[in-house]
Amino acid sequence: MKIDVTLMINGKRRTMSVEPRQSLADLLREDMRLTATHLGCEQGVCGACTILIDGQPARACITLGVAVDGAEIRTLEGLQDDELMSILKESFHDKHGLQCGFCTPGMLISSWDLLKRRPKLNEQEIRLGMSGNLCRCTGYQGIVRSIKAAADKWAGSPSAREEAEG
Amino acid sequence: MKPAPFAYHRATSLEDAVAQLDDVDTIVRPLAGGQSLVPMLNLRLAPVNKLVDLGGIDALKRAEEQGDRIRYGAMLPHAAFEDRRVPDGSNGLMPFVGGQIAYRAVRTRGTIGGAISLADPAADWLLTVVALEAEISVFGPQGPRTLPAGEFVTGPYLTALDHAELIDAIVVPNRPKTERWGHYKATRKIGEYAESMAIALFDKESNKARLVLGAVNGPPLVLEESAAEISKGANADKLSLVIQHELVASDRGFSPSKLHLHRTVSLRAIQNAGLL
Repeated sequence: MKIDVTLMINGKRRTMSVEPRQSLADLLREDMRLTATHLGCEQGVCGACTILIDGQPARACITLGVAVDGAEIRTLEGLQDDELMSILKESFHDKHGLQCGFCTPGMLISSWDLLKRRPKLNEQEIRLGMSGNLCRCTGYQGIVRSIKAAADKWAGSPSAREEAEG
Repeated sequence: MKPAPFAYHRATSLEDAVAQLDDVDTIVRPLAGGQSLVPMLNLRLAPVNKLVDLGGIDALKRAEEQGDRIRYGAMLPHAAFEDRRVPDGSNGLMPFVGGQIAYRAVRTRGTIGGAISLADPAADWLLTVVALEAEISVFGPQGPRTLPAGEFVTGPYLTALDHAELIDAIVVPNRPKTERWGHYKATRKIGEYAESMAIALFDKESNKARLVLGAVNGPPLVLEESAAEISKGANADKLSLVIQHELVASDRGFSPSKLHLHRTVSLRAIQNAGLL
């Protein structure tokens, strides 16, 4: 039996009827056509489907759509105009933070959350904070360099200081 | 869609959830944070006819200071401890443990009650609540009851929960301010379930020590003889022998390599408590 849920997806209010067994990832990709959220393992291991639920990172593949009724969902598409996300995307481009790009949406969301919570990070902290996202191409060196470059840039930006003070 | 079809009920209260679970004809399971259950549903390893979602019960998401103890609602996520959004009476042990379970994207949804109910022998909270001598508050068709954390788990993935019973809170006594703790966890990859992990506690005022070992094929092992040696101020060599002896004497049938691992991890936890 389908159940009605109302979600705020990337700032837009959506009401839909979903099967209880449908994952939030499938709901976003198939019903909403928001395909930036990638599905790798579908058992919560690889991190490719990481999105933001009420501002907090979560695995969309092991979150049921029905269980987040009323929540505010943000996917990579919904962070298009975000300052920190723009810095991260630029860094991933400059420092070779991707090869095939499959893991990149999850990498971007996880690193976005990491830098929001902790603006100043060293390499070790980046590796620890990003350990829940798997990449099978780069060997992680480029990803870590990208996030470090973004972290340095973000730490010097006025908005980061505002957030730290606020 | 990966899981087999199931019905879904969003519980409005603890009583409503228990009434839904009290069904002998179909398989009804409670859904907490879903970080273990939903992967199992996706893999079709956990049969279920109906899920009762506890996510809408606000009473389970509160932490309350009650004099000399703190009552943590079962639906508090690991991240609430990590971010210190809930009070702490463990001198920082619970925030530390909450911050190193799996990964941030799991910690924001996985809950303390869900983790303890699953009773994975290698789970972090299980070891922690046994080490802190907490109590598990349970609610079911017969009403509420409370049992010591050490008696809650009866085996790997087996608990003292009866039919249709749920954990509603974890009650942790405030530890003495003079107590020090040490934690050590052996994993092959960051964020994974532990191969072995231990927590050592020592209060120099009362000279009381506690050493608890997890990921041991069942409930955590409380190593009382070894703790007594810590209180006596034994050195590393002596402690190593006593831990080895106590592990061999346990009913867990450890292989030589596991004995070595568990002994080493126990000693490192003691070291991290600032002892040795």
